[in-house]
Amino acid sequence: MSGTDGSARAGTDLRELAHDLVARAHAAGARAADAVAVEGDGLAVGVRLGEVEKVKRSRQRRAGLRVFVGDATAIVSTADFSPDGLAALARDAVALAHATAPDPHAGLPDPAELAGEQPDLDLHDPAIERLEPEQALAWARDAEAAALAAAPEITNSEGAEFGADAGLVAYASSLGFVGAYAGSSASLAVVPVATRDGAMQRDSWYTAHRKLAGLEPPAEVGREAARRTLRRLGGRRPPTGECPVVFDPETAASLLRHLAGAIAGSALYRRMSFLLDRLGEQVASDTVTVVDDPIRPAGPASRPFDGEGVRQSRRTIVERGVLRSYLLDSYSARRLGMKTTGHAVRSVGDAPGVAPTNFVLEPGPHRPEAIIGSVRSGLYVTELIGFGVNPVTGDYSRGAAGLWIENGELAHPVEELTIAGNLRDMLRDIEMVGSDLRPRNAIAAPTLKIARMTVAGA
Amino acid sequence: MEVVKPERFFHERFGLSDRALERVLGTALERRADWADLYFEFRVNQTASLEEGAVKKATRNVSQGVGVRVVAGARSGYAHSDEVSLERLELAARAARAITDERGAATALPATRAATAAHDLYPVVRPPIDTPTADQVALLQRLDAAARAVDPCITNVFAGIGIEHRVVLVVTSAGAVVGDVRPLVHVSVTCIAERGGRREQGSYGGGGRFAFDTLLDGRAERFAREAARQALTNLGAADAPAGTMTVVLGPGWPGVLLHEAIGHGLEGDFNRKRVSAFTDRIGTRVASELCTVVDDGTIADRRGSLNVDDEGTPTQRTVLIERGILRGYLQDRLNAALMQMPVTGNGRRESFAHLPMPRMTNTFMLAGGDAPEDVIRSVDRGLYAVNFGGGQVDITSGKFVFSASEAYLIEGGKVTRPVRGATLIGNGPDVLTRITRVGADLRLDEGIGTCGKDGQSVPVGVGLPTVRIDGLTVGGTQA
Repeated sequence: MSGTDGSARAGTDLRELAHDLVARAHAAGARAADAVAVEGDGLAVGVRLGEVEKVKRSRQRRAGLRVFVGDATAIVSTADFSPDGLAALARDAVALAHATAPDPHAGLPDPAELAGEQPDLDLHDPAIERLEPEQALAWARDAEAAALAAAPEITNSEGAEFGADAGLVAYASSLGFVGAYAGSSASLAVVPVATRDGAMQRDSWYTAHRKLAGLEPPAEVGREAARRTLRRLGGRRPPTGECPVVFDPETAASLLRHLAGAIAGSALYRRMSFLLDRLGEQVASDTVTVVDDPIRPAGPASRPFDGEGVRQSRRTIVERGVLRSYLLDSYSARRLGMKTTGHAVRSVGDAPGVAPTNFVLEPGPHRPEAIIGSVRSGLYVTELIGFGVNPVTGDYSRGAAGLWIENGELAHPVEELTIAGNLRDMLRDIEMVGSDLRPRNAIAAPTLKIARMTVAGA
Repeated sequence: MEVVKPERFFHERFGLSDRALERVLGTALERRADWADLYFEFRVNQTASLEEGAVKKATRNVSQGVGVRVVAGARSGYAHSDEVSLERLELAARAARAITDERGAATALPATRAATAAHDLYPVVRPPIDTPTADQVALLQRLDAAARAVDPCITNVFAGIGIEHRVVLVVTSAGAVVGDVRPLVHVSVTCIAERGGRREQGSYGGGGRFAFDTLLDGRAERFAREAARQALTNLGAADAPAGTMTVVLGPGWPGVLLHEAIGHGLEGDFNRKRVSAFTDRIGTRVASELCTVVDDGTIADRRGSLNVDDEGTPTQRTVLIERGILRGYLQDRLNAALMQMPVTGNGRRESFAHLPMPRMTNTFMLAGGDAPEDVIRSVDRGLYAVNFGGGQVDITSGKFVFSASEAYLIEGGKVTRPVRGATLIGNGPDVLTRITRVGADLRLDEGIGTCGKDGQSVPVGVGLPTVRIDGLTVGGTQA
């Protein structure tokens, strides 16, 4: 994709823009400020049943400014980069801050926490900027064709999509920090549809990486999508009752997301977490170790500094079941009387929030077949739908689909069922951890077995 | 914010004349294509949020941009930019026409001023975006006080106001120029209640396309008290049951059932592609004859309403199910043309950075004849669910979920104990056939719904009278 004229020069421009916004904020009366500027180009193509369905090109450019006037805060953003637009942005921010209440905890991080030298984390693939739609369409076609060719029962398709983005982020603050980095991402996904006895099923598979060369071959993605779709044909409803539940790596990662939400500083100081005041305590079974690593080379969520310019480091979050670290930005850290852990995330138009980076449940000793083999009668979950998770209580109830396990083997597909429990118990009841970790997403886990949950079906 | 016609607004802001726009559309159609359109958008979003009794944060975001679309058969080419200039438009038009491969046939007609939009559903004298921040802060503080006054167990209150002002202009190669100015405001309240070492939350809110002052008729305080009441109710809730049972849904927001169970499955794109569980089922029975379901984008002031959709088509009331028989789909231009069906004014997009798709507006079931008390009294043992979080559906298998955030057991025809939140799961083409009673108490939701599809979020509404469903799976923990 053309448009960015060399990331080095554009990076300098964007850095200057962020720096300039901070200066404008001070001139308008702010005590302190920080600014973030982003620009990027994207290409997304879709193919369905071999035909081109869409070709989409996007270009975005935005800048956001946070100001502190006394101890009051406001956040503004714009896509209008004209001198008038930028001057208005700083004035609007300061005016808005005059309407909000002072907050003694508001402010920038401790300067000692800021990132110094910014490591090159290998986050950007220049090949993505040169990618033409014809090539992207060819990959999408290959992936979908492999899915359609996998079996006669694959009768239809929602299509295959290839997407790629490349861009820059710059951040500057009153503490003198100025930084920028380039990043890219690419993904390919296929959604085949299978039919048997008049009933349709769909499933999907995808590959994603920061670099084109890191993507899995399109035909493999298509074949895996077909395999996952075909195994859902003929689904029945399981009986209602309690049983062991095995989560495949995709659904297991969602449990890790709930864990990350519960140990985020923003949830903790608001007392909206089912894991309040548990630091140093056993919160999961001793089979569970979770690491957050923001500086993993080419990691999907890797970055040289966080949304407040804070230095990044690899951190053990849960060690053999014991909670060793929360996820904190500087605000929630001050609220809790702690130090930031460098987990501020910043969208252009909002105050920093808290989120994990590359957040991974470390692989265990068990092959997934052995985990399934340990279950006499239970559920293997491959899909979860709905939002039935209460972050305050940990109450958990979600729609699910997957396969029923009989005598240690996958016996038949099941659908139209729910699984329920409480996340506090579920984390403690993780009995087996698989060896099959593939950290292609920022939040990743291997196959997990939970000793007992309630399944509701027929 | 001065209220001007969208045509004039974009002309003055970006200096783009009608002739310039015609030229861009000409570029878009230079190769063989069926039609093209330009979508200009200017949007301001403001938020103010309260926690711990103080409004510590306010945001204001301004976005603007343009998208150029070229359509040929089932192919869409799209390019968008947040730099709105003739040069960018020309580049976007060239990028969008990449889906076409032959030299051209269609030509753009001169851009003509459309008559005023078919509807005027949200005329506001003062757009909510012009509300002074101080007024918003004052309301949020009243909501904090109202929620805390309900009970000393309410230990924290989070309240927020979100205001949007969106100006859009669609210019099509058929010569239409259609604009819309869309105000939107909402208020939401979440309460935390603590008692005896147990903590629970309750959330409530509402809004619509109306002036900020409309929230000041007492309804905002009612939302705050309602959030507090829910949190307190949940403090005393027992474990929810697990298994298939009779479920009674209360009126209003539980209409999210319709949105998930049938609404998405009736969107034209899924049916054209034949991937919906409702494919080829028009004219067949998909619900009990007590059920008539409509999608209506023309209700004044509603969050899900639009004067015109994001392709410039006026919105309408579309009957989806009539006395149990499937009657129609929700369409945008592309899918209606390919299916040779009428457009229904449901072509919506999140912003200029997105392609339009068929989407719902306000989706609800018409009232039946039963008194709601009689519907509950008719159930010996079951679940009575009155408030919900979100839902989700697998279009192809038809399986859908929606999650209750406030529910009670029905025992011997009476509502008895509250139970913890639980997800309900069912099969879309089947669930409405199990409706055996429909109350006379149709209610639309308070105006808080947001629907996500293919990564795009749009505001929607739902509505439902009290209904009894004989056999829905309840995902509690008590097997």
